[in-house]
Amino acid sequence: MKKATRPADQEASISEAAEVWELRLYVAGQTPKSMTAFANIKKLCEEHLPCRYTIEVVDLLEKPQLAAGDQIVAIPTLVRKLPQPLRKIVGDLSNTERTLVGLQLRPTLPRE
Amino acid sequence: MSKASISPKQARGLSKAATGIQGLDQITGGGLPRGRPTLVCGSTGSGKTLLAMEFLVRGATQYDEPGVFMAFEETVEELTQNVRSLGFDLDELCEEKKLRVDFVRVERSEIEETGDYDLEGLFVRLGHAIDTIGAKRVVLDTLEALFSGLSNLAILRAELRRLFRWLKDKGVTAVITGERGEGLLTRHGLEEYVSDCVILLDHRVIDQVSTRRLRIVKYRGTVHGTNEYPFLIDENGISVLPITSLGLQHEVSDERISTGIAGLDAMLGGRGYYRGSTVLVSGTAGSGKSSVAAHFADAACRRGERCLYFGFEESPAQILRNMRSIGFDLKPWIKKGLLHFHAIRTTLYGLEMHLTTFHKLIQEFNPSVVILDPVGSLIQAGIPKDTTAMLTRLIDFLKVKGITALLTNLTSGGESLESTDVDVSSIVDTWLLLRDMEVGAERNRAIYILKSRGMAHSNQIREFLITSSGIRLNDVYLGPEGVLTGSMRLVQEARDKAAALLRQQEAEGKLRERERKREALEACIMAMRKEFEAEEEEEKQQAAQEQTKQRMLMETRQAMGGNRQADNRRQATETSPRSRRTVGNRQ
Repeated sequence: MKKATRPADQEASISEAAEVWELRLYVAGQTPKSMTAFANIKKLCEEHLPCRYTIEVVDLLEKPQLAAGDQIVAIPTLVRKLPQPLRKIVGDLSNTERTLVGLQLRPTLPRE
Repeated sequence: MSKASISPKQARGLSKAATGIQGLDQITGGGLPRGRPTLVCGSTGSGKTLLAMEFLVRGATQYDEPGVFMAFEETVEELTQNVRSLGFDLDELCEEKKLRVDFVRVERSEIEETGDYDLEGLFVRLGHAIDTIGAKRVVLDTLEALFSGLSNLAILRAELRRLFRWLKDKGVTAVITGERGEGLLTRHGLEEYVSDCVILLDHRVIDQVSTRRLRIVKYRGTVHGTNEYPFLIDENGISVLPITSLGLQHEVSDERISTGIAGLDAMLGGRGYYRGSTVLVSGTAGSGKSSVAAHFADAACRRGERCLYFGFEESPAQILRNMRSIGFDLKPWIKKGLLHFHAIRTTLYGLEMHLTTFHKLIQEFNPSVVILDPVGSLIQAGIPKDTTAMLTRLIDFLKVKGITALLTNLTSGGESLESTDVDVSSIVDTWLLLRDMEVGAERNRAIYILKSRGMAHSNQIREFLITSSGIRLNDVYLGPEGVLTGSMRLVQEARDKAAALLRQQEAEGKLRERERKREALEACIMAMRKEFEAEEEEEKQQAAQEQTKQRMLMETRQAMGGNRQADNRRQATETSPRSRRTVGNRQ
C-alpha cells in the first residue's frame, strides 16, 4: 500500500483506504477515444489505487441492453460503482485533474 | 372533403406517415414525412409530449408501425400514468412489442466531463430499442435535456447533427420535441438540425380563456396548411380543427321543412325553411326566441327526425318546464330518442373544446336539426372574433352534413336590432327578428323576416302571441291609426267592429224603409185597382139593369099588345124565360 503522490493526511483517502474500487468503463467498439480512456484510467488507478481496483469494460456494441442500466448516453463513460455514491465521468479522461475530482480521489481541485 | 387537405397526388414523391391524429393528417396532407425527423416545438404544457405519444400509439395500433419513445424528462411510470387518461395503455402495447419506452436520465450533478466523448451510448440504446421491436417510428422527448446534462456544446451539437443523420439512415419517422425559446423556435436551436418538418404548438390565454393552437412552420417538399389551427386535448387524444377546412361546395336541398308555426310557414312562402339552411332568430330578452326554437324542435320530432338541442343558459329540465307552459310536452320525444338536450355553460371551457363537443355530439347523435340557444353566449368562451370564426366553422360543418340549424341570439338593449354580437348574420340563410313593440303601456311581440335567401317571403311585421297552445301569429293592426298591437289592437278592432255594426244597421234601416215604401205603393195600387173594379162592376150592373128595364119595358109592351090582339101572342108569353136569355145573349 504505497501512497504515491499525496501523503495520507487526507480524510477521504484514509477512510477509503481499505475499500476496493469497482469501476466500469462503457465503450462502443475499439475507438481511439475508448482506447485512450482505458489507458488513462488504468494509469490513474495504478497511481492512486494500486491493487484495490477493478475495471470492467463493457462494449455496448456487444451488449446494448446494458446501456440503460447505468443510464449511459455518452461514450466513453466511466462509472464508479463502488464506493458509493455512484459517479459518472464522461470523456476520454485526458484531463487527469478533473478525473480525480470526478472520482472523488481528490475533494477539490488542486490546492495552490 | 376539406380545402386544407392536400390530395395524395400533390404529395407524390414524398412518402408520408399518417399520424392518426384527427385533423393533423388533413393539414399536412397525409402525415409527417416518412423516414425523416419532425420537430415539434412549443412552450411548457402545449401538448408536445402528448402529440408525440399519440403519434406513436396510433402508429402502433392503427398503422402497424411499432414505435420507440425515448423520454428524457419523465420516467416510464410517469409517462404511462399520464397518457392513461387519454385511453392509451402503454403497458399493454409494450407487452405486445408494439411500443418501447426508454427513459434516459442525464443528471449533471452525477456527471463529470473530462476530455473528448460522443453520444454513441444514446445511439446504441436507441438502435437497440429500434431493432428489438422493429420500430418504424421514434420519439425523442425532449432532446434538450441533453443540454442541461452535458456542458460541451461543441460536442453536443455535432452529435445531434449526427443523430438526425443517423435517424434518417435508419429510415425511421422521428418526432423530436423541443422547448420553445426566446426568439427561437426552440431554446437550443434544434430547428437548425431538423429541416424537414417543423410543427409549432402554442397555448395562449386570451381573456382568461386558453386556446391551443398548432401551426406547421415548415414542411419541406410538400404543400401544407399554413394557418394556425386550434386543437384540443380530450379523452380521445388530440384533435386539430382546420379553421377554414370547408370550402363552399356543400350540396343544397330544395326540400322545405316546417317551422312548427303555421303562420310563420305561411310567411316563408307557405312552406317553411329550406332543409340544411341556417336560421338565425334574434331578438331582445323575452321576445320568445326559445319558444320559436322549441316549435322547430317539436316539428322536427313530429316528422320523426332527430333534433339536438344545445342550451347554454337553461338546464334541460327548465326548458322542458317552460315549454310545457306553452303547450309542448317534449319529454316523449326525449324518451323516443328523437330529441337530445345538451346543456352546458359556455364558460366551462374554451371555444375549441365547445366546437369539438358539438362535432362529437353531432357525429354521435346524427340529428337533422340542431338548435343552439343562445349562440351569443359563446362569446363568453372566447373573444368575439374567435367566436365568429368558430361559429362559421360550425355552420359550415352543419351545412356540409345537411343539418338544418337554428341559432338564437340575444340582442341586448341599445344595440342595433339588425346586428348580432357574434357577427353571423351574413352567413345565415334565414333571419327572423323578434322584437317588442311598446305601445300603450304594454309590450307586445312582433316577428318579421329580415331575410330569407332563395324564397319569396312576407315583408309583414306580424304580431305573435305566446299562448298556452304555442305561438300564434296575428296580423298587426294596420290602419289610419298606424301599426297597433296588443290591447291597442284589440281596442281598435272593437272600435272598428262597432263602427261596422252601426254602418250595417244604417243600411238595414234604409232597406226596411224602402220595403215599407214599396208596400205602401203596392197597397195604393191595389186600392186603385179595387176602385176600378168596383166601378167596372157598377157599370156592368147598370147595364144589366138597363137591359132588364128595357126587357121589362118590352114585355110590358107585348103584354099590352097581347091584350089588344090576344090570340096570336099567347105562345110567345109561355116561352118567355128562353126568349129572355136569347135577348141577354144578343146584347
